[in-house]
Amino acid sequence: MSNSFRTTNSTGLINKDKKINFTFNGTIYHGYEGDTLASALIANGVHLVGRSFKYHRPRGFLGVGVEEPNAMVQLHDGNKSEPNIIATEVELVEGLKAKSQNCWPSVQFDIGEINNVLNRFFPAGFYYKTFMWPKSFWMKIYEPFIRKAAGMGKAPLLPDPDRYEHNYEHCDVLVVGSGPSGLASALAAAKNGARVILAEDKPNFGGSLLTDEVTIGNMSGKEWASDTISQLKSMPNVILKKRSQVFGYYDHNMTVMIERVSDHIENPSKYTPRQRLHYIRAGEVIVSTGSIERPISFGNNDRPGIVLASAAKEYMKVYETLVGKKPIIFTNNDTAYSTALEFIKNDIEPIIVDTRDSSNGELVKEVQQKGISIKFNSGIADTKGHLKINSAIIGKLDSSKESFISEETVECDCICMSGGWTPTVHLSSQAGNKLKFNDDIDAFVPDKKRQKETAIGAANGSFTLNQSLAEGFQVGFDLSNKFTDQNNPTNSPNSNEPSYEKHEKLWCMPLPSGKKPKRFIDFQNDVAVSDVELAIREGFRSIEHVKRYTTLGMAGDQGKTSNLNGLQYVSKIEKKIVPEVGHTTFRPPYTPVTIGAIVGREVGNHYLPTRKSPIHTWHEENNAVFVAAGLWQRPRYYPRGSEDMNTAVNREAANVRKNVGICDVTTLGKIDIKGPDAPEFLNRVYTNAWLKLPVGKARYGVMLREDGMVFDDGTTSRLSENHFHMTTTTAQAANVLSHLEYYLQVVWPDLDVNVLSTTEQWSGIAVAGPKSRDLLSKLFPDVDMSNEGLPFMGLVDSSIDGIKARIYRISFSGELAYEVNVESNYGLYIWKKIMEEGQSFDIQPYGTEALSTLRIEMGHVAGAELDGRTIPFDVGLNSMVSQKKDFIGKRSLSKDAFTESDRQTIVGLVPLDKKTKIPEGSHIIEDNSAVAPIPKLGHVSSSCWSVEYNNPFSIAIIKDGKNKIGKNLYAVSPLKDISIPVEVVSSHYVDPEGSRVRS
Amino acid sequence: MLEIKCPYCGKRSQNEFSYGGDATIKRPQLGEEISTEDWDNFVYYRDNPRGKHSELWHHVSGCRQWFKVSRDTATHEIFDTCKMNEDFNV
Ligand SMILES: [Zn+2]
Repeated sequence: MSNSFRTTNSTGLINKDKKINFTFNGTIYHGYEGDTLASALIANGVHLVGRSFKYHRPRGFLGVGVEEPNAMVQLHDGNKSEPNIIATEVELVEGLKAKSQNCWPSVQFDIGEINNVLNRFFPAGFYYKTFMWPKSFWMKIYEPFIRKAAGMGKAPLLPDPDRYEHNYEHCDVLVVGSGPSGLASALAAAKNGARVILAEDKPNFGGSLLTDEVTIGNMSGKEWASDTISQLKSMPNVILKKRSQVFGYYDHNMTVMIERVSDHIENPSKYTPRQRLHYIRAGEVIVSTGSIERPISFGNNDRPGIVLASAAKEYMKVYETLVGKKPIIFTNNDTAYSTALEFIKNDIEPIIVDTRDSSNGELVKEVQQKGISIKFNSGIADTKGHLKINSAIIGKLDSSKESFISEETVECDCICMSGGWTPTVHLSSQAGNKLKFNDDIDAFVPDKKRQKETAIGAANGSFTLNQSLAEGFQVGFDLSNKFTDQNNPTNSPNSNEPSYEKHEKLWCMPLPSGKKPKRFIDFQNDVAVSDVELAIREGFRSIEHVKRYTTLGMAGDQGKTSNLNGLQYVSKIEKKIVPEVGHTTFRPPYTPVTIGAIVGREVGNHYLPTRKSPIHTWHEENNAVFVAAGLWQRPRYYPRGSEDMNTAVNREAANVRKNVGICDVTTLGKIDIKGPDAPEFLNRVYTNAWLKLPVGKARYGVMLREDGMVFDDGTTSRLSENHFHMTTTTAQAANVLSHLEYYLQVVWPDLDVNVLSTTEQWSGIAVAGPKSRDLLSKLFPDVDMSNEGLPFMGLVDSSIDGIKARIYRISFSGELAYEVNVESNYGLYIWKKIMEEGQSFDIQPYGTEALSTLRIEMGHVAGAELDGRTIPFDVGLNSMVSQKKDFIGKRSLSKDAFTESDRQTIVGLVPLDKKTKIPEGSHIIEDNSAVAPIPKLGHVSSSCWSVEYNNPFSIAIIKDGKNKIGKNLYAVSPLKDISIPVEVVSSHYVDPEGSRVRS
Repeated sequence: MLEIKCPYCGKRSQNEFSYGGDATIKRPQLGEEISTEDWDNFVYYRDNPRGKHSELWHHVSGCRQWFKVSRDTATHEIFDTCKMNEDFNV
């Protein structure tokens, strides 16, 4: 039985000297190098691959490539497991494991097949109709059932172990598809000097030239293809990519291509990616994607063993494999006769059924000359064979071709059908091309292009070799000439091919007498002719609606073999011509793409860039627990021994209040501002006055958006007459810079000011606490650190060990505090120096949690309060708003809603029990026993454990806040089912006079 | 992904830029007496045309310059780009 369906010739592309073992549904088989999983299974006589999506009908192979709707398998085990893989696209590799999906307990005996018996209960739209009622059944009964029944393969639950990469490419001309027209255009464009990328989905270049009996020049088509590829390979301006599918065509000629790099290699090296996603920005795209054969709808046309005629031919010619030994060829056109001839070459006599009355095509005559009689004016009415076709009922058509006159049963083991050819217009359509219907070929072809895209060859409806080559050479030259000045055209060689007679416009067979078997149109979604009839009977007219109601063309194969047959059938029932019915929209991806490839290397720690301060290693060595602040990693706290977070944070914060703490504030945004108009610019950007800030002084500033909401805050200092140093919050650093650039470049270009981010040039170290002055005096003996020498909001330049340092006397903690700034590379050195000298002052590092605690206690606002919904008044910053000058956003502040006195404003909250910490985000309400919906007064923005008073403290923003001070309210969190009685206090909980910072 | 020609750097992919809205909006003068309606029109109200649109883009991962783009909002066709102190040619 092993490989008993191999042909005896060896003219294909497989290597019979190299056996490859693989497993399908637990059975070990072998195939050969060059096989696909599909060809190897067929060679071993295996046609039953899976069960269909809705009715669980046994299914086999229909096609040989991307068009395959049926043969989906689950590949591999464990973390490499991958569902819904088309067996025709899987190259055989030693040890490959595949199994059927959507069946239980096995593909031979599948319980779900009951759906097929019950199929009259599962018509089109059955989800919409059946599962709507009763409502309560949806969650518990229908939904779980549908999920289970409608499953295809199983997604793996483990992380994907494979590596995927992204690549960006640019070229003058991208050629998609390497059939005759693609090769011709790539050669012409490359010879004319253009930078060319040629992409081919299959493992071999050549397209139809690999299977068609034609000659080009003095070579066979296959030889010409390989000769052309050799020429292209030798040219430095050409990139050749096989196993590469261009699946998406986006704006401005951006195409995306997926390359299968290592799945076909037995033991790829560890760092070889599995797949590579190429973003190709092409000057011009040539769509030479060929065409896909159309099936014919007839009774039970989905049994394993029923394949496309072109697929049967390719299995024979490329994979040296027979889809069957007792074939029926069923066609409405001439091309299927080449499949018949290929069988004859292998000493197999096919039965030929042709819907047409006659044909004088060359291939038809050749078949007849070999003594084969053809059943013209006939069609297949029905088929038999449960898990594999074993016979067909062939009927003689009446003159109207609407019914059969007589029927006969004929034994067979396969049917090779052909309903003609559909140009693969997906990429052109994705590119915005308005397709037109071509009556000669009964299919849509590209017409009005929106982007720089040109379809040629079969994709353009040009089905002869002669025409394909001529178009290829011409278009390749014309388009490349836009990019080069070589003006070097390549002539199209002579070619020879058989002539074809016209196809018949017949894609759906009448029903056999007395029976109503399903005649499938869309195999993957189990959509039959009767479903389309039902949809139209129920009033769906738009083709988009018919598509959604029946799910025709909506499966993973995107209707590659079904769209046009569906359209044709709708137009037949509606008695309209196809262009009136129109077509549905093609969207990327043309073929399914793994999520891994889309994500690429941006996984795990590479998901986002990580920013670390120059002091990061010290934090790591000192047991810091880190927290992400945007892209930055900041120390959250530094636990000692077995301390939990709260204990550590309280210790760190209390030590700042009592002794001295040190905090890495490198992450704060820093912007250098220079120019004669810098003071005027700051005066417009900030709400307060800046013109008279003396050199050597810092000032706190608040900036608004034009809508009046607080945008950011920070201190900015004047280093010299026209030179300022601005700091921003860590979170808004990038946005503030863009904001400043916007006003300087767009709104006030007359201002002579330059801004530059210096965030990464400076390392910032906050030294805070009552002992900070003594510590810094020791570190900088030549600086007068007294309150007079370096007052609050003053700054001074000095140095340690020859390293320049700038010392600002500013405070976020509310304590006497300084910020030492040094050039980034010295950050770690200075930090260590301060720690060393600080030991005698009981210095401790503190992280972002303690930093928060300190600022919350003081009532200093931060991101939680400046959340884009608060104006200065709301957050207690009204004193920062100048009445004398205009600034960004000022006009908004005088709008009615912004001047109401009972706006939500900032207050402090203390729980009455002095114990329960109030969750951030809690709602504030007045009456805990009121009936819902209870009016909400505001929300809790920040919470901490006050180290000063040793009880919880929160900042909240509540309606008419100032007048609520002293009142008892409730902080509630319905999510956590918490209700905490609280007292409203001032948000300035500690040192409301601000005496410490000035001490 | 669009391809945008920065007037300073040349053609670059869209992911280097950020969008800045309608380029024809003029900020009122500082200190100008302005009705609430006019101010609201400046702050909030924007046309949402189908077709040609003059807009601002910022070459944020590049030269950090703001510039003007004339783009079709339906087809994404870019007719022209220019510096802030220039006018479109097309
Ligand atoms: Zn630029």
